[in-house]
Amino acid sequence: MMLRVADMGVARGGVPVLDGVSFALDAGEALVLRGPNGIGKTTLLRAVAGLQPALGGRVEAAPESLVYAGHADGIKAALTVAENLRFWAQVFGTGDIATALETFRLGPLEHRQAGALSAGQKRRLGLARLLVTGRAVWLLDEPTVSLDTEAVAMFAGAVRGHLAAGGAALIATHIDLGLDEARLLDLTPCRAAPLGLDDFDGAFL
Amino acid sequence: MIALLTRDMRLAVRAGGGFGLGLAFFLIVVVLVPFGVGPQGALLSKIAPGILWLGALLACLLSLDRIFALDWEDGSLDLLATAPLPMEGIVSVKALAHWLTTSLPLVLAAPVLGVLLNLPAPGFGWLLVSLALGTPALSVIGTFGAALTVGLKRGGLLLSLLVLPLYVPTLIFGAEVARRGAEGYDVTTPLALLAGITCGTIALLPFASAAVLKINLR
Repeated sequence: MMLRVADMGVARGGVPVLDGVSFALDAGEALVLRGPNGIGKTTLLRAVAGLQPALGGRVEAAPESLVYAGHADGIKAALTVAENLRFWAQVFGTGDIATALETFRLGPLEHRQAGALSAGQKRRLGLARLLVTGRAVWLLDEPTVSLDTEAVAMFAGAVRGHLAAGGAALIATHIDLGLDEARLLDLTPCRAAPLGLDDFDGAFL
Repeated sequence: MIALLTRDMRLAVRAGGGFGLGLAFFLIVVVLVPFGVGPQGALLSKIAPGILWLGALLACLLSLDRIFALDWEDGSLDLLATAPLPMEGIVSVKALAHWLTTSLPLVLAAPVLGVLLNLPAPGFGWLLVSLALGTPALSVIGTFGAALTVGLKRGGLLLSLLVLPLYVPTLIFGAEVARRGAEGYDVTTPLALLAGITCGTIALLPFASAAVLKINLR
């Protein structure tokens, strides 16, 4: 068991959005979170990553096994592609950036300033960061935004390679990733009950 | 940790990093003072330690909002928070990087600018010592202020309002060391208090900064 989420509830801006979310991820498994806009996919991922407190429930995972990739890629425009990746490799205590560059075909762009990349290339750089972290469980929030079909296939290949190596991935997305083996989890039934209007705090939300 | 420090230093000196802006601001402020006060050597040499300290403090304040704001905007701060670095370590390294890129050049430039303000000869050494000892506190307190205002749009003014009152003790004792040194008096007491303030802030404030940063990331 690499990640187990039990009976989790999360709130965004003080309003509970999800309640009673439970799932488990084994090694080699990918789980795709689905649900309409505003259901709380991003919030759930951030709570699992430990960036914000949950309303309730538990997250069980091996310490230092999670890595989070959000809407923003965390790329420094003034650094080159290789410098960006090497920084994260050093922070996570791994050293090798060659595999990541190769997987997302960033080799020819290695010495280009990250600020001069296109949106899709930046996204590929942001995803390449996952490979240099060496973490087992990937938490991905809309990973394929601004990627073309070829790059989406590249990303699916990277996820497959990660799963084959004994990793796991939790992905929130609307787009078909071409990952047929991934399980789907629809969050719509977990929508939290709206706050009662008699609730004092509720009147201010 | 070292990777974060080298990255921050590299970002500061690359295009758009703002390296040297604080230094240029300090230079201009100090050059403007004699224009405002007029050519009165005796008066200038009397107010020189205070002006130099105030100029260094304001120049330091100028670059504080960049400490976390840029990392917040591009999402690096979220990623750093989930990286295997303790948050206290991240804020300490950020404060150190700020000191090295902003405050240290101010410290080194201050004696040169002292000439413009007719600073008495014995004051140069003490000015350097007081700034070297006091500016780490300015960077650490400023990092705390930057952590408090990190999620706010245009939080720069609020940051100044929060941080300037906290700078008062450092300014009082720092300028006092420089003044007494320039006038040839004993500097032990203000020097000890200045060192105490700096050590205290370095020891305690990173924990407070890390705590508010965690809350601001929610």
